[in-house]
Amino acid sequence: MTTEETTERHVRVVLVDDHRMFRTGVQAEIGATDRTGVEVVGEAADVDQAVTVITATRPEVVLLDVHLPGGGGVEVLRRCAPLMADPEHPVRFLALSVSDAAEDVIGVIRGGARGYVTKTITGTDLVDAVFRVKDGDAVFSPRLAGFVLDAFASTDAPPVDEDLDRLTQREREVLRLIARGYAYKEIAKQLFISVKTVESHVSAVLRKLQLSNRHELTRWATARRLV
Amino acid sequence: MTTAPPSPTPPRADIPPRKLYRSAEGRMLGGVARGLAGHLGAPVSWVRIVFLALLLAQGMGAVLYAVFWFVVPLGVGGVEAPRPAPAETLPDGRRRLFARKPDRGQVVALLALVIGAAIFVDNLHLGRANAYIWPLLLVGAGVALVWRQADNARRAHWMEVSRRKRVLPLARGAAGVALAGIGVTGIVVLQGSAEHLGTVLQASLAVLVGIALLAGPSLVRMTQDLSAERTMRIRAQERAEVAAHVHDSVLHTLTLIQRNAEDPREVARLARAQERELRAWLYRPEGRGKDEAEEPTTLAEAVKATAAEVEDHHGVPIEVVVVGDCPLDERLAAQMQAAREAMVNAAKYGGEGGAVQVYAEVEGRTVFLSVRDRGPGFDLDAVPDDRMGVRESIIGRMQRNGGTARLRSVPGGGTEVELEMERAAA
Repeated sequence: MTTEETTERHVRVVLVDDHRMFRTGVQAEIGATDRTGVEVVGEAADVDQAVTVITATRPEVVLLDVHLPGGGGVEVLRRCAPLMADPEHPVRFLALSVSDAAEDVIGVIRGGARGYVTKTITGTDLVDAVFRVKDGDAVFSPRLAGFVLDAFASTDAPPVDEDLDRLTQREREVLRLIARGYAYKEIAKQLFISVKTVESHVSAVLRKLQLSNRHELTRWATARRLV
Repeated sequence: MTTAPPSPTPPRADIPPRKLYRSAEGRMLGGVARGLAGHLGAPVSWVRIVFLALLLAQGMGAVLYAVFWFVVPLGVGGVEAPRPAPAETLPDGRRRLFARKPDRGQVVALLALVIGAAIFVDNLHLGRANAYIWPLLLVGAGVALVWRQADNARRAHWMEVSRRKRVLPLARGAAGVALAGIGVTGIVVLQGSAEHLGTVLQASLAVLVGIALLAGPSLVRMTQDLSAERTMRIRAQERAEVAAHVHDSVLHTLTLIQRNAEDPREVARLARAQERELRAWLYRPEGRGKDEAEEPTTLAEAVKATAAEVEDHHGVPIEVVVVGDCPLDERLAAQMQAAREAMVNAAKYGGEGGAVQVYAEVEGRTVFLSVRDRGPGFDLDAVPDDRMGVRESIIGRMQRNGGTARLRSVPGGGTEVELEMERAAA
């Protein structure tokens, strides 16, 4: 993937992870500001620390681990909700976890995270994801796309809210291609739409996922013993 | 006697030495007589008669029975040849109704007991103390009620049949307490200290409160400690299980990685295999054991198992996403074989470009499967005819089973194999 846009790109990032080694690794991989444009302005190892650091530094993007001492990533999201809603300088969260269990994924997304990637992601892809989140876009890993497709799979139960409880045909197609490992650019080419349109479809899916109080989602989670 | 073949009791030869238990089945009071009968290998009625006879001898029987009841734990064993269910001899309609009633033997025995007790009481010549007999009996009955309650609780505990009403045990407990209370009150009244009842009650209340104040905190702490200890033990057990697993596989793999440090492919393979296994173990659905050797029975399992195998064999990471699931049938099995071939190809020729992506989706009756790599790609028409891998194993196999296979390959942009199959009619 070519992310070599030589225009000035800069993003302030806070790393939240209880494994110091992992923080160091991520820092080494993406923290070279002159090369990647990512400036790591703070680190935290647990929920309390994270809330303090995020409030103090007001980064644009937080890389958030899902499993954290003190309540986990969901708790950080809950306590940072006002910062996320700030219209001027919203803090956006990208969940970054070693776990790809459905409960963790859906949990942080419902908590307000703008995306979810697993820790096996490459450095360039991670930088890419960070900038995408910074621009207010959503980031779906193939697995997350799979979970969402699974959860929104058409069932006989009538939706409570048609707008929220159903994915449009186009959204399904986009998600399916993400699940198959396509990049946005490839999806755009495949569906003969612009990258911007792909982005708006993905954001719409994320919104539905975060807002819908669908009983289908609950049922899906129950069937997998996640609740 | 266990060695004599013509012995009339051969089936007992290999029974381990019995422990004395009170019998939970077909008992009248505490199950002592039945348990003893079982233990001694004698008919129950004999034991009961002996108890009755002893009862007449200065009440020895009752004392003995009480001691047995108190000391001997309740158990299921001890009953030779469970008595035939009384309902069996009856027509079907009345079976259930009858089975719940106390059977005739029990009633007769109870009557005998009462008569025996009456005779026994009559035989006593205790003078003034005679008046205390009835209150004492009441107290005894109350205690017996409560004790049987405890028995039931324990029985329910190890038989796990306690889903019945909760009211009955409560009522029984209350009845027991009431009986004992009436008995004690009777004694107090008989003693002629009824007019002091208020003061006595006050005094006893004071004593009770005092004891509660003194012993209460330590009692509470003790129960708390006990439950804390229990959770600790459960946690420790869990941790031990995790530790055993981690020790077994992860440490082992790390050692292997240290030895193969110069071979990055092997290291990656080991790490991936370990990661996958640990993941499956950590996030496995509840109730699934470790036996992974079992044949997969659903599509999702089959895809994952196949991907894992190819991954292990070729050392290329394969990422699997499955949406929906369905049981495997013959056609899907063929599709799985085609998919395996595609995965092997992807791992072999496209593995340099990163992970191989496998996506499977069940939508209605259609099962869609795609295998995608980011390798150099290839031109299908340029593949010589003698290379059977793609044409026969993937395209041919899918067509023979009524499915379709599509190959998309962009030179320099990876290869994608799409397999589509209708599920066999159910």
